[in-house]
Amino acid sequence: MTTATAIFPNPLRWALGLWRDQKHRGTIIQIMALVALLLFIGIIIRNTAINLQALGLEIGYDFLTEPANYDINQHLIDYNSLSSHLRATAVGVINTALVSVCGIILATVIGLFAGILRLSKNWLVNRIMYAYVEFGRNVPVLLQILLFHALIIHTLPHPRASLSPMDGVFLSNRGFYVPQPVLEPAAWAILAALVIAAALAWWFAGHAKRVQENTGRHYPVFTINAALIIGLPLLAFFLAGRPIGLDFPQLKGFNYQGGMVLRPEFTALWFALSFYAGAYIAELVRAGILAINRGQTEAAYSLGLKPNWTMRLVILPQAMRVMVPPLISQYLGLIKDSSLAIVIGYMDIVATIGGISLNQTGRALECMSITLFIYLSISLGVSTVMNWYNRRVSLVER
Amino acid sequence: MRSLKFIALCAALASLAAGGAKAATLDDVKAKGHLQCGINTGLPGFAFTDNRGNWQGFDVAYCEALAAAIFGKARGNVKYTNLTGKTRFPALASGEVDVLSRNTTWTYSRDTDLKQTFVGVNYYDGQGFIVPKSLGVGSALELNGASVCIQTGTTTELNLAGYFRDNNMDYEPVPIETNAEAIKLYQAGRCDAYTTDASGLAATKAAFDSPGDHVVLPEIISKEPLGPLVRHGDDEWADIARWVLNALIIAEEKGITRRNVKRMARRSGDDAEANRMFGNEGSFHEMLRLPKTWARDAIAENGNYGEIFEKYIGRNTDLGLERGVNALWTQGGILYAPPFR
Repeated sequence: MTTATAIFPNPLRWALGLWRDQKHRGTIIQIMALVALLLFIGIIIRNTAINLQALGLEIGYDFLTEPANYDINQHLIDYNSLSSHLRATAVGVINTALVSVCGIILATVIGLFAGILRLSKNWLVNRIMYAYVEFGRNVPVLLQILLFHALIIHTLPHPRASLSPMDGVFLSNRGFYVPQPVLEPAAWAILAALVIAAALAWWFAGHAKRVQENTGRHYPVFTINAALIIGLPLLAFFLAGRPIGLDFPQLKGFNYQGGMVLRPEFTALWFALSFYAGAYIAELVRAGILAINRGQTEAAYSLGLKPNWTMRLVILPQAMRVMVPPLISQYLGLIKDSSLAIVIGYMDIVATIGGISLNQTGRALECMSITLFIYLSISLGVSTVMNWYNRRVSLVER
Repeated sequence: MRSLKFIALCAALASLAAGGAKAATLDDVKAKGHLQCGINTGLPGFAFTDNRGNWQGFDVAYCEALAAAIFGKARGNVKYTNLTGKTRFPALASGEVDVLSRNTTWTYSRDTDLKQTFVGVNYYDGQGFIVPKSLGVGSALELNGASVCIQTGTTTELNLAGYFRDNNMDYEPVPIETNAEAIKLYQAGRCDAYTTDASGLAATKAAFDSPGDHVVLPEIISKEPLGPLVRHGDDEWADIARWVLNALIIAEEKGITRRNVKRMARRSGDDAEANRMFGNEGSFHEMLRLPKTWARDAIAENGNYGEIFEKYIGRNTDLGLERGVNALWTQGGILYAPPFR
């Protein structure tokens, strides 16, 4: 460029020279676009500030410590109407997390089964799964949530006439009631047994793997470990004199009291989100499996592996590599879709801080910014974890 | 070139957003040629569509009176924005609507913290409960442990929490976005009781297939003075909104009806207050910067307060509400307009 400035001593010509150079022109356009973008954001912020000032409103987060004054039906931490807006937010976050985690687990299970069955050679199974996938993907998730909610509310009976498939279990349009375990002091023995069983199972899995690698001998690891993890605590339960009691739900007045309950709002949202995301995941699973060369299956068969072993040990681990990146977006999508909870009155983040708190305090900007921040944090957290998993399962390329 | 266009677009957007913040609301309304009125998304008696799709009702009638006071008649001069409990205040604050007439309770924090001006009360309401008769409940104090449907974003939600807390009772709140949705859940048995303003309960009950199967409990657990409101910052506009409402109440006090208002306005009788209101004495209309005939036009639209009440929510309607405390102060109620002088 020194020669260029020597040839064009005139600054205008020098600038023109820069512009004519393809590389420099690219940089200049990028700088201009960046400045324009920053300018645009700046104008929006300035305008908001000016308009708020004109209305005499100030941004402030002091209201968060004031009593919320409203009740929330499902709270996993202590909460009453005298708790603060901050605590109401926490209740909302926990409710969102609960339905998201449950939803992701169920959606993955549904998706895995539907995806594999979709490839089945059985005509009926194949067609049923095809119908499910097409319905799940092509009906808006909002309608599915409303559909599940309406199904529960309108088909299940009133609490006074609730279905009771077994003792202490009640099914009505107010929810699904089951007995709640009540821990007595001696219950620590069961917990200790569980920890010991888990440690043993972990050791045994490692041991079995080493033995198989060295000698080729195969232990039924799953069966033995399952027996360990269930059996040892069960043994402790009886040895310690049955230290876990059950609190049975009882119909008192209008509703069942005691026990544990899955509210219809939670159930409807959970099923709808899982059903919807499951349809997408089924297609991901199918695509992942089809992406694996047919030769892999044939090679596995020729080694004498049974079909379900072939799927579990050969096909799925490879298919996972293809599936994980789109699966991340599915999980994130499910978490964000859970924000539709308010249509059926499930008290998630949007319903608490982004809804009732916003309404009652009128602090729209503050409440919305908090809601945005929480969703952003959750989503970024989930994608960090999933990306780490993706790096672990992906092929190491050299 | 693309980035230049982008900057131009930004500038255009910015100037759009910056303008329109400060002019007087009356001038804005006159300039655009109509009044933008915020009303309910649908509440029998208060805001509903007739069989030709036009909005009608107790709250809508106020919008029409206000539009008539400014433009001479409401037809073609008023447009409606349907607002939920959640969207109503942002819509008013941002200038999307000029006035909000949507059964909104006048409270301290809405007045001060949300920077709004309530221009009066057009219905003194209170929160009650409705339950199916089959439950055999006779009092709200027997509702311990019940599931209660509520509309979120309303004062009823806070009253409900306070009432059950004060009386040491438990309940399961079932929050719902709209009135219609809440009623559906109540009828399906998701909740034992539905709570909202007593006027809303009457409207709800009237819309049931078999109203006799439900009872409204006797307890009224809160004060809900409902009225129209405008945003802070334009006192002249608030005055207009306030005195249109007052004119309707004064008209009832003086027996000025939809039918006789033209005659009453023309003939300057002995009633000095009516003469001042109709511009036969002094030039009071100039103080509001309205046409001389503003009060006459406002009353001619749907009649006086009492006529509006009877037409939409009174005894002979489906709602069948009694005047009760909403009767004039001269007739045992608390409805009272300041003197027009």
